[in-house]
Amino acid sequence: MLSRTAENLFWMARDMERAENTARMLDVSFRMSLLPSTIDKQALHFEPILAIAPGSGRFRELYDELNHETIIRYVALEPANGGSIWSLIRQARENARAQRSAISSEAWESLNSTWLQVQNLDFEGLKRWGYRDFFDWVKERSHLFRGVVFGTMLHDDAFRFIRLGTFIERADNTARILDVKYHVLLPHGEQVGGLIDYYQWGALLRSVGAFRAYRNVYHDTVYPWRIAELLILREDMPRSLHHCYHNLIGTIDELAGKKGLECRNLAGQTYARLKYGRIDRIFRSGLHEFLTSFIESNNALGVQIQEDFLMIPAAVAGAA
Amino acid sequence: MRAPDGKVRPAYADFAGLLDDLSIESLVTKQAAAEELFRRLGITFAVYAEGGSTERLIPFDLIPRILDRAEWELVERGCIQRVKAINVFLYDIYHDQEIIKAGLVPPEFVLLNPAYRPEMHGVEPPNQVYAHIAGIDLIRTGERDFFVLEDNVRTPSGVSYVLENREIMMRLFPDAFAGQSISPVGNYPERLLENLRAVAPSDDDAPVVVLLTPGRYNSAYFEHVFLAEQMGIELVEGGDLFVRDGYVWMRTTEGRVKVDVIYRRVDDAFMDPLAFNPQSALGVPGLLSVIRSGRVALANAVGTGVADDKAMYCYVPRMIEFYLGEHAILNNVHTYMLRDPKQRQHVFNNLHNLVVKEVQGSGGYGMLIGPASTAEEREAYKLRVTQNPENYIAQPTLALSTAPTLIDGEIVPRHVDLRPFVLSGKETSVIPGGLTRVALVKDSLVVNSSQGGGTKDTWVLERS
Repeated sequence: MLSRTAENLFWMARDMERAENTARMLDVSFRMSLLPSTIDKQALHFEPILAIAPGSGRFRELYDELNHETIIRYVALEPANGGSIWSLIRQARENARAQRSAISSEAWESLNSTWLQVQNLDFEGLKRWGYRDFFDWVKERSHLFRGVVFGTMLHDDAFRFIRLGTFIERADNTARILDVKYHVLLPHGEQVGGLIDYYQWGALLRSVGAFRAYRNVYHDTVYPWRIAELLILREDMPRSLHHCYHNLIGTIDELAGKKGLECRNLAGQTYARLKYGRIDRIFRSGLHEFLTSFIESNNALGVQIQEDFLMIPAAVAGAA
Repeated sequence: MRAPDGKVRPAYADFAGLLDDLSIESLVTKQAAAEELFRRLGITFAVYAEGGSTERLIPFDLIPRILDRAEWELVERGCIQRVKAINVFLYDIYHDQEIIKAGLVPPEFVLLNPAYRPEMHGVEPPNQVYAHIAGIDLIRTGERDFFVLEDNVRTPSGVSYVLENREIMMRLFPDAFAGQSISPVGNYPERLLENLRAVAPSDDDAPVVVLLTPGRYNSAYFEHVFLAEQMGIELVEGGDLFVRDGYVWMRTTEGRVKVDVIYRRVDDAFMDPLAFNPQSALGVPGLLSVIRSGRVALANAVGTGVADDKAMYCYVPRMIEFYLGEHAILNNVHTYMLRDPKQRQHVFNNLHNLVVKEVQGSGGYGMLIGPASTAEEREAYKLRVTQNPENYIAQPTLALSTAPTLIDGEIVPRHVDLRPFVLSGKETSVIPGGLTRVALVKDSLVVNSSQGGGTKDTWVLERS
């Protein structure tokens, strides 16, 4: 397969996955901002989103005021923000368009119609639509796209590069969500179990769609270390880091065959940390440190995959 | 369709019978069905703009243009002869330049031609072929009179329409194909691939052939996708290829793969940013050095454009005589060179009867059609010519033939031309038929799709 095809499919999947996760984060922040005790500090709940999104530096250039409206506008719709939901959907659709013959026509149509619906949406339109309804719509379109890919495409190399993109991006996003909120997961002595904490934890779970999963797994009240365990170490939790790496390892093996590609080594090292890790040890050596190092190695894996499969023209120099 | 005496030409007899049995209504219905098929198959010219794309269909007329065996043989022999001579000419001007030494072609026409590539001097292309794919534009003015309008030997397009038009005609008129033997055209991709493989530099049994496209914003992108799919080769863009260790490679997820032959649909100027236009993102840096060392074959070769501008056109009959020792089978249209003051004066005096064209122009743009022009337009055009006379030629307007065409529920005559496609690899051959373009506007002589032209299927009958 041409490397350019793999590259387009990889990024198509990454961008769509990130659009979904961005919608999730906005959704949770919006819910949090509606809590009574924080009503005067709405923007506070959205600021972390700016911190999470790479390339958010242009916010200050484009907007004078920092409030929940400008943040939602910037993160959901701003064309100048390459990480906005609008831009991500546009890029995903452009990548799909370049490879129409490599994906099923239903996959293309799904992405194309998603783009057509968001293409001319402005902020007034978004407000009329309703923030929550819009976020739900983005999630649904992402689910639909993933389902169409799974259900209509040949499970060949093209499919595998799509899967790689999905799980690299999802692992990154889950880790970032955890990292930005890690302080609320740390034990803070006598205050543990306060009402606000409960809501914060609940919101965090909801942002990755894991509130009910938590209940089903633990049959217990919400404890912060268990949230961390669920989202980092549980293999059966579809947005956990462990689950993402389980899939990445399998897919890389299928793609690489017997070749000893470097990305296989990188993925294996990280996978071992997740498969055999313990949450109490992670907390003891520092949750934030763990997450930061994970995000770095996950990034490195993304780059290595692109190099190993010659998706980066510059990498060709070293390829034998 | 009809001979000058008004009788239906024998070639059309069977189809005319078929037409008589069909009502106009059913023809109109078939026409709509054809259009629907084209849309469904996605045979469109994409005009892409930021934020969306509009897809345009080239109008298709369902009444075929039919040539009998004898007519076709004339066209076939003439086209092969021309392309053979052009290939020898190209080899000559990039080597010993005998034709210039013999005083048959003025040196400045070759050496100062913007399409002449000094970088190609002394390069040995496999089988000495430069123009692997050529499209010769012909018109007909009488029973046995075919004139060449243009030789397209850079990156001629349109062959996908030949194949798709046939596909659709076979669906719409199965009886016509069952009743008489019409030469098939469907094996063109196979023959093209055979020819491309024949010029591979290595003796490899399975040389790697790729089709290089400028990308999906190019107006002929559909054809690039179509041909790559039909030939079963990779459709690549400049960024997919790179030069290393003296060879051209393609980036694949399995690693790098050596490329032997590039069927390119990118213009010379964009092929190699190191050698030509440094701004080009469509080409492959270093490609020219690999071509020069003979480790990759390019179809068509770099520098073929020097043979197909409208000034060089005049010299093709001389090339045929000089290199092949034969008389040109197909006529050239008499051409006035406006760089010559005497010829220019003659043209200016008779502008209302002539067609004036830019030497490097194409697509029917920038030309003046004398009989259809106003006095003011002619004056303005004279001014343009005077400023840069080297850039213009003039030709008489020819009474080009018409073919029956379905317009608004009526069968009426419209002017047509014909572009057969000539392939050169091991040997030179023509696919029986070609692209018939039709000027849909009444009395119009311009058949270009960018100027309201359409296409027809072209039938060559196997028997005389």
